[in-house]
Amino acid sequence: MAIDYIFPDYEVIRNKDRCISCRVCERQCSNGVHTFLEKENKMVSDDTKCVNCHRCVCLCPTHALKIVKSDNTFKENGNWKNSTIKEIYRQAGTGGVLLSSMGNPKDYPVYFDRILLNASQVTNPSIDPLREPMETRSYLGARPKTIQRDEKGRLINNLPPHLELSMPIMFSAMSYGSLSYNAHEALARAAEALGICYNTGEGGLHEDFYKYGKNTIVQVASGRFGVHKDYLNSGCAVEIKIGQGAKPGIGGHLPGAKILGDVSRTRMIPEGSDAVSPAPHHDIYSIEDLRQLVYSIKEATNYTKPVIVKIAAVHNVSAIASGIARSGADIIAIDGFRGGTGAAPTRIRDNVGIPIELALASVDKRLRDEGIRDNVSLVVGGSIRSSADLFKAICLGADACYIGTAALLAMGCHLCRTCMTGKCNWGIATQNPELVKRLNPNISYERLVNMLVAWNHEVEEMMGGMGINSIEALKGNRLMLRGVGLNEKELEILGIKHAGE
Amino acid sequence: MKRVYVNEKWCLGCHLCEYNCAFAATNGDDMARSLMNIKINPKIHIEEKDGICFAVSCRHCENPYCVSACISGALHKEADMIVIDSEKCVGCLSCVLACPYGAISPSEDGVAQKCELCTKNKSGEPMCVKGCPNGAIVFEER
Repeated sequence: MAIDYIFPDYEVIRNKDRCISCRVCERQCSNGVHTFLEKENKMVSDDTKCVNCHRCVCLCPTHALKIVKSDNTFKENGNWKNSTIKEIYRQAGTGGVLLSSMGNPKDYPVYFDRILLNASQVTNPSIDPLREPMETRSYLGARPKTIQRDEKGRLINNLPPHLELSMPIMFSAMSYGSLSYNAHEALARAAEALGICYNTGEGGLHEDFYKYGKNTIVQVASGRFGVHKDYLNSGCAVEIKIGQGAKPGIGGHLPGAKILGDVSRTRMIPEGSDAVSPAPHHDIYSIEDLRQLVYSIKEATNYTKPVIVKIAAVHNVSAIASGIARSGADIIAIDGFRGGTGAAPTRIRDNVGIPIELALASVDKRLRDEGIRDNVSLVVGGSIRSSADLFKAICLGADACYIGTAALLAMGCHLCRTCMTGKCNWGIATQNPELVKRLNPNISYERLVNMLVAWNHEVEEMMGGMGINSIEALKGNRLMLRGVGLNEKELEILGIKHAGE
Repeated sequence: MKRVYVNEKWCLGCHLCEYNCAFAATNGDDMARSLMNIKINPKIHIEEKDGICFAVSCRHCENPYCVSACISGALHKEADMIVIDSEKCVGCLSCVLACPYGAISPSEDGVAQKCELCTKNKSGEPMCVKGCPNGAIVFEER
C-alpha cells in the first residue's frame, strides 16, 4: 500500500463507561466509521472515515460519543497551515480539482458582525411588539412609476406582478437532486405554512410539488433543466440564475450517478447522464440578451409573474445590477461570497466574489443614485445567519433575504461540508433512499417554521426597540446602523457612520 | 384507546426503540448504567429484511388470541389494554404461539412478557415512541 500522507482530521472518542454496544452508531453511519466486534462485545471506530457530521453523536442514547479535532499536527507554520499541506498531498495523490461543499469557511471579515443597531431612548418612544401591531409583510417586485387615472379620475391599478411574503425571508435556490425529495417537501410545506417562498433551484419541480405553486419560485438556469411552459406557470415567480455566490463564473455538475428515476424525469434528461450546467447562459452575453430572456419568460407566463435575476456578488456588482434593473426584471437577487453549495471547486468557493454586505450597500446606492431603485426589489443571500443579519441587510437596502444554510441547519444539517459525496447522514444532500428517509418532512417542516417564527419575533422586537412598526420603514434605513472597527472606506461603501458619530 | 402505531416509511431500523424499551423496564435513571454489559430483551422488536424495516409491539387487539390461549388467566384485558399478571403466568408460552404478530416473548424469569404501554414503569408514556428519532412510532387514537 502506498503511504497515506494525510492524517485523519477528527478522532471519534468513545466513553467506555457509557457505551452499551447498542450499535446505533454503526447502523447510522453511511461512512462506515463504527464497527461492532462480536467476540469482544465492543464498538470500535475508524477515524479516517469520519466527516464529523454528528449523526452518531446525536443518536447515541447514552451520550457515549464525541468527535474532537485531531491534535496530530505537522510542524507549526504560520504560512503553511495543516489544511494547506493536506490539500497539496490530496492533489498530488489524485491530480484532481479540490471539491468542497457549503459556504466559504475562511476567516474573512464578516461585516454584519461589525455593525450595530440603534434603539430609542427618551426622545422617541419604542414600541412593545407584544402589545401593538407590527408589520413584517413584504412585497417584492417593481413599483409603478406614475399614478394613472381613468377619464373619471379613478385610480388605475398599474401595479406590476408582486410576490407577497408574510416576512422578508425566502428559502434560497436548492435543487431537487442536490437535496433529497424529503428535504424539498419540508421546504415547500414550511414556505406554505409561513406564507413565504421557496426556490426550486435548477433541477426542475417534482410533479408532487406543483400543489405548493403559490409559494414556489421556479428557477431557469444555464442548463435549462426541467424547464417547460407548465413549469414556468406553476410558480409564483420565475428566477433566472446567472450566478451563485459559492461559485461565481462557473456552472454546475450533478453526476450521472444521482440522475435516477424521479430526478431524471424532473430534470428532463436521460437516467445516468451527467447534468452539466454551462458556466454562462449561451444565449445571454449582454444586458440586451438578458432582456430577451426576461421578456420571453414574461410572454410565456402572460405577464402575471415577477421575474427575478440572480447574480453572484462580484467586483462590478453595482454596474451589473444597474443593467439588470433596466432589463425588465422585477427583482434582483444577489448572492454573497459566503453562499452555500452542494459542490464547488474549493479555490473558487474560497477566493471568488465579495461580501454580501458591501455588494448590497453598493448596489442599493447605485440604483438610488440612478433613480432606478423602484424598478426592482433587492433580495440578498450568502450567509444570512440570524434575524440580526436579516435586520441589518434590510437596513442596508434589501427588500428581503434568501436563507439556504440556515434552513438546512434547521433540518438537521451539521455543516460537515461533505455534501458532494452524496452520503449525507441527515438525509438532506443525498438520493440514497436509505438515507433520504432519515429526514421526516413532518418533523423538519415544523423545525423550519419554528425557526422563522422565532426570527420574525426577533425582527419585531428589534423594530419595536427603534420605534418602528413597519418593515417598510426599515428598508434602506442606514441611520439605524453604526459600524465598529471599520475603516473610512468600509464605512463609505456601507453608507453608515461609525459608532459614536 | 391510544395505541402504539408504526409507520414503516419513516423507520430507520436504528433499534433505538428496543433500547428505550429495555431501559424503561429497568426503571433506572441512566441508560448507560442500566444496560451496560446486558443483552437486552425488549418488548418491541425491529423486523428488517430487504431494505424494509419496522418495529413490532403488542397491537392490543380487540379480540386477542393471546388472552383466549392463556391457560392460567394471566393475560387479560384492563380497559382496552391487554396486560399480563406475571404472578399467575405459568410460563406455558401458549400466548407466544397464539400471537399472530410475534409481540409476546419469554422473559428472563421464564414467564411471558409483552408491551403494556409503559404503564407498569415510571415512564408514564411509551418510551419507544418518545425516543424514536424519526417520528416513525406514534402513540395515538385511531
